[in-house]
Amino acid sequence: MSLLNIFKSGKALDRGVHVPEYKEQTAHLPIRRLPFAPMLVVPLSQHAGAPAVAVVREGQEVVRGEPLAKEDGFMSVPMHSPATGRIEKIGLAPSVRGELAPAIYLKPYPSSSQEVLYGAPQDIQNMTPDQIVSAVQRTGAVGLGGAAFPTHVKMRPPKDARLDTIVVNGCECEPFLTTDPRVMLEQPAEVIQGTRIAMKCLSVPRAVIGVENNKMDAVEALRKALGSETAITVEAIEAKYPQGAEKMLIKVLLNREVPSGGLPSAVGVAVFNVATLAQIGELLPVHQGLIERVVTITGPAVSKPGNYLTALGTPLRFALQQAGCTDETASVILGGPMMGPSISSLDVPITKGVTGILVMGRADFNHRPDRIYPCIRCAACVDVCPLHLNPSRLGMLARKHEYETMESQFHLMDCFECGCCAYVCPSHIPLVQHFRVAKQMNRERKARERETAKA
Amino acid sequence: MSAKLQKPEIQLRTSPHLHSPRNVVMIMRNVVYALIPIAAFSVYNFGISALFLLIASMLSCILTERMCNRMMDNESTIGDWSAIITGLLLGLTLPPGFPLWMACVGGLVSIGLGKMLFGGLGFNVFNPALVGRAFLQAAFPIAITAYTPAMATNRFAEFIPTTLTIPFAEPAVLTEWIKQVAVDSFTGATPLMAHKFDHIATDAAALFFGSVAGSAGETSALVIILCGLYLLVQNFADWRIPASMLGTAALLSTIFHAIDPAKYPDAAFTLCSGGLMLGAFFMATDMVSSPVTPLGVWIYGGFIGLLTIVIRFFGGLPEGVMYSILLGNAISPIIESLTQPRVYGTQKVARAKA
Repeated sequence: MSLLNIFKSGKALDRGVHVPEYKEQTAHLPIRRLPFAPMLVVPLSQHAGAPAVAVVREGQEVVRGEPLAKEDGFMSVPMHSPATGRIEKIGLAPSVRGELAPAIYLKPYPSSSQEVLYGAPQDIQNMTPDQIVSAVQRTGAVGLGGAAFPTHVKMRPPKDARLDTIVVNGCECEPFLTTDPRVMLEQPAEVIQGTRIAMKCLSVPRAVIGVENNKMDAVEALRKALGSETAITVEAIEAKYPQGAEKMLIKVLLNREVPSGGLPSAVGVAVFNVATLAQIGELLPVHQGLIERVVTITGPAVSKPGNYLTALGTPLRFALQQAGCTDETASVILGGPMMGPSISSLDVPITKGVTGILVMGRADFNHRPDRIYPCIRCAACVDVCPLHLNPSRLGMLARKHEYETMESQFHLMDCFECGCCAYVCPSHIPLVQHFRVAKQMNRERKARERETAKA
Repeated sequence: MSAKLQKPEIQLRTSPHLHSPRNVVMIMRNVVYALIPIAAFSVYNFGISALFLLIASMLSCILTERMCNRMMDNESTIGDWSAIITGLLLGLTLPPGFPLWMACVGGLVSIGLGKMLFGGLGFNVFNPALVGRAFLQAAFPIAITAYTPAMATNRFAEFIPTTLTIPFAEPAVLTEWIKQVAVDSFTGATPLMAHKFDHIATDAAALFFGSVAGSAGETSALVIILCGLYLLVQNFADWRIPASMLGTAALLSTIFHAIDPAKYPDAAFTLCSGGLMLGAFFMATDMVSSPVTPLGVWIYGGFIGLLTIVIRFFGGLPEGVMYSILLGNAISPIIESLTQPRVYGTQKVARAKA
């Protein structure tokens, strides 16, 4: 805690960091549509849960919006065709994680009008919660904030949970990204429509839209669209990273703590991203599927940064060519710079969970760690960890490979890798990377233990 | 453009991809900046003897660190400025007329025993400068209590006679020399000694501005507070440590002064005398040897403050800041283990085994 911080007040996260925002590059730019790539690659797994099952054949012609793959069980969502065209093949494609994953290759017809011909109006007012849940599942909607968790699953909370509030996440606390504020500015009615649907489905009387106070124009737009509605409120909270993490947002807005290892429903809350609800609000009344999303393409090495409405399955290479990448491209990051993974191949397609593409040039890694110093126990990481972990101690244990102790005594598994500790570390210790390794080692150890127990 | 994108050289990195501009070297450098006015005042107050004392202790620390790097086959670590801090702090806690060769021994012990033996920066259990000083206190008990008056005439032209003592020789006795240079009737005692043994109070203003006898850098509360505040405001030191340490000392002092005003000094005297200020702002705040947990920091500071008062009021020594901080360093790992922060979403305070 800094000495000067004790004089500050207002609704904000108690820990966390003030990261430079870098949002000015794209915050003012309206959402524009990106053209269709000559080949779209639609992975069957774009969400948390079981991959979808293809329902089309190679060579088949599909219409924009037509289902390409159906869900495999409740914890899964279908995929819809992002364009009118022909299925070239169903095969493997590179994915964000580096491995090859099954995908549908779709060649859009250049001469097609690309109208969405699928779907029919449905009357949400007279639907039961279960009907809404399955209708949401049919849209293929997942959390568009990055987690890509199937939305309909959140709309059917555990039986014993008593929900009283819906939190709508409009924080977008990652630097550079501006998709959520643009959606709130340009589609406030859809956001509110989606919020109402979620409230009806969960029979929750109250919803709070949390927006950081660096996006007051979005707050105004939502309040204007709400008019005299009182069940839904918009709260402006002080901008601070990682406020957009759902556990943090619940704490800031409602002062409730989600139990360690638990879900928000344990404290009576369901959290949805604004862009997700905007999609629900838009797609559900007309019974269509999720085929495109807003992606912020930005970064110092991009000549035409912007907020692009992009067909799902657009390869990064095509998107970056459209946005004009300069020669200085050094690193491509999917999502924001704090948590986004850097990717190894530009053939990776844009999927439902991609909030942004950040292209860094060679000279842009500010304050690049030149040398890793030993931990000087300055406690900067302890002061910023939003979960009140002790990253300093965890880092020292990781150095000694004491992964079990990290988990059993220092709550390693609660860490959601927001990166605050590594951001502030004056010794440039790659703490988050240490923690990822530790978690993986622990998972492998447990798997081994299960194997031996079986044998 | 497109040619490059066909065959891009993409670097894989691990998130977070942004980094705060702070780094270890910058923190250490700023601590040195904050110490420079204190060192400058010390030279102004005590003359060239203080200047050479500081140079000797710094050089000794830097050379020892480099020598240890060599011996351990490591890269040089003197570039991180931490050896300079140790050297400066060591020099500032010694009497201005302290023999230079003894200061060099102090630097050798500080860095060699106090720091490098534990593994260098980040691994030392105790504040290295205080390890060195504790060694000197044990090895040279007379030299380290031979105080000379501040603002001595001729202080910029001649050394205090003990400064240039030949190694392993007995330092000169200062009584005659002090009579020649002292502006007033100086007895060779610091304000703390005078108060403890002779019950003579020292003028509060003199204590605050620093024109009193004492260790080279500890005399002026004003200069130390200003420099300390620079560190605190910039967040290069944890403000909770001086706050709890000085707060505890002031509170206890007020209580005891109320009980027996003749025997125990008031809070102002306690805070401004001896090494309490320098210790609170620059030594107890040493990041490596203090706890990292928010609650632990308060306890740590309070413990040092309490111990200082106990030693000063009830112990045999007039000053106790050095031993208090060293003991605080010693219990810091235990404090830290017992004060692990309550993790978000957990009910009880998680107790970790040390």
